Amino acid sequence: MSDETTKEKEKSFDGSLSEPERSIHAEVFLGSVRITGVKVNYYHVCETKLWLFSHNISLEKESDNVAIGKMLHEDRYKKNSKNITIDGISIDFVKTGKKLEIHEVKKSKKIDVADRAQLLFYLYFLKKKGIDAVGVLNYPLLNKTEKIELTPEDEAITEKDIKNIKNIVLGSMPPPERKRICSKCAYKEFCFCGDRDRV
Amino acid sequence: MREDFYILQDGILKRKENTVYFENKEGRKILPINKISSIFAYGNLSFSSGVVSYLSKEGIPIHFFNYYGFYEGSMYPRETLISGDLVIQQAEHYLNPERRLYLAGKFIEGACGNILRNLRYYARNREDIQEAIESYATSIESELSCLEGAKAVPSMMRTEGKIRELYYNALDEIFPEEYRIIKRTRRPPENKMNTLISFGNSLVYSTTLSEIYNTQLNPTISYLHEPFERRFSLSLDVSEIFKPILVDRIIFKLVNKNMLGGNCFRGEIGNMLLSEKGKKIFLKEYDEKLKTTIKHKGLNQSVSYKRLIRLELYKLSKHVLGAEEYKPLVMWW
Ligand code: SF4
Repeated sequence: MSDETTKEKEKSFDGSLSEPERSIHAEVFLGSVRITGVKVNYYHVCETKLWLFSHNISLEKESDNVAIGKMLHEDRYKKNSKNITIDGISIDFVKTGKKLEIHEVKKSKKIDVADRAQLLFYLYFLKKKGIDAVGVLNYPLLNKTEKIELTPEDEAITEKDIKNIKNIVLGSMPPPERKRICSKCAYKEFCFCGDRDRV
Repeated sequence: MREDFYILQDGILKRKENTVYFENKEGRKILPINKISSIFAYGNLSFSSGVVSYLSKEGIPIHFFNYYGFYEGSMYPRETLISGDLVIQQAEHYLNPERRLYLAGKFIEGACGNILRNLRYYARNREDIQEAIESYATSIESELSCLEGAKAVPSMMRTEGKIRELYYNALDEIFPEEYRIIKRTRRPPENKMNTLISFGNSLVYSTTLSEIYNTQLNPTISYLHEPFERRFSLSLDVSEIFKPILVDRIIFKLVNKNMLGGNCFRGEIGNMLLSEKGKKIFLKEYDEKLKTTIKHKGLNQSVSYKRLIRLELYKLSKHVLGAEEYKPLVMWW
């Protein structure tokens, strides 16, 4: 059932975009909940963020962080192969031998579990469609790359993530908890707008 | 940060590709579209073709004010930030009598808290009136305590009416003869204080509406006021909290520092309406007030008064989403 919905979505996507073959929407359905790479990423960052995003509570227009990500991508990886977007994120697909390589450019300075989980989700998604792929995370600011393969353990973890995401999204809004990343989060003001009961 | 744009003269807005001009016989002025958050139009404004849809596309609301400087209506751009869940929850809180009552009460509580802060602040250095003011404040507090037993919104509205009356009576003790309110009158106002209050309240209503546009709340679903009372009735609700914080404090400053001298008022019925000069002075104070910052405890950073309105709307969103109970803003400074 979930596979069918995915296919259907894909078809409608093909029809509506100007460059259909260049855009993939990676989504898996679990019951009524649509799981995307971005949600997998947010799940590892903050449950509140995942919930707000999933409920279409988007407050700020495109943040500077996104713009920086775009610039990095355009500057350093222009020449490389075919550029395709998954979930609106530009990804380079490189065919090497039997396997497809998907490259994603990351602006952050550290190699992050959320990025890794997101890429694993894409690999999982492709595998469900019968495409064998490996992932490469590129960190131009660190001059570093990390190769990621979907091991059976990773696949199990991804499936567990998907279940957890579903439960969070269907539940009530998880109360915000202060973390270091909050200061850079677009939801910061939303989460901490209360002016009382705090020192 | 985007700024508000105030147009006091009559004229026409023209669009040429991606530039919008304000034009009249005195000249031509470019509107820096990507630096504007809202336009406040006090003069007679007409539009050449394409301007309205362009501003709407850019998400810039235009608020229109009449001859007296009071709110007439808004061009509210099409909503772009829609969350189905939030709208459903917002409506649920209106439909459920208990939930509606809770929110309606909170708006009055917030307004009242700020009114009390004002009274005590104004009376601080005035030994001659302190006792009188304190007795008004006590009466207001006892009215407020009636709120808890209120079973329906109309009775809350009556309580709010009584509180306002006490407040205006108290203000009459504070302000000089020339600015007595005696009886709050509306259109057209019969005295200077009423003019100033209405002028300011119109501004707060408009600013709040612009802020609502930047959230995912639906401006037509309200709690204290009936949704059919005005098209954007949520703005009426939330404005209640900010009127004492913004308008009343501005008026206090204008009167206290004697900033509304000659030529600030005009009109046949005893010079009660703000002249263009008077409007300019008020608008300048308003704009400065909105930009003034204070330290916010929750965010641990400085926020402007204008931002406080946005934060209040976020608090309301979180309340209807069931994440955190709404407690209205009462000046902590
Ligand atoms: S501000 Fe902090 S708690 Fe709120 S969504 Fe962002 S990361 Fe999560």
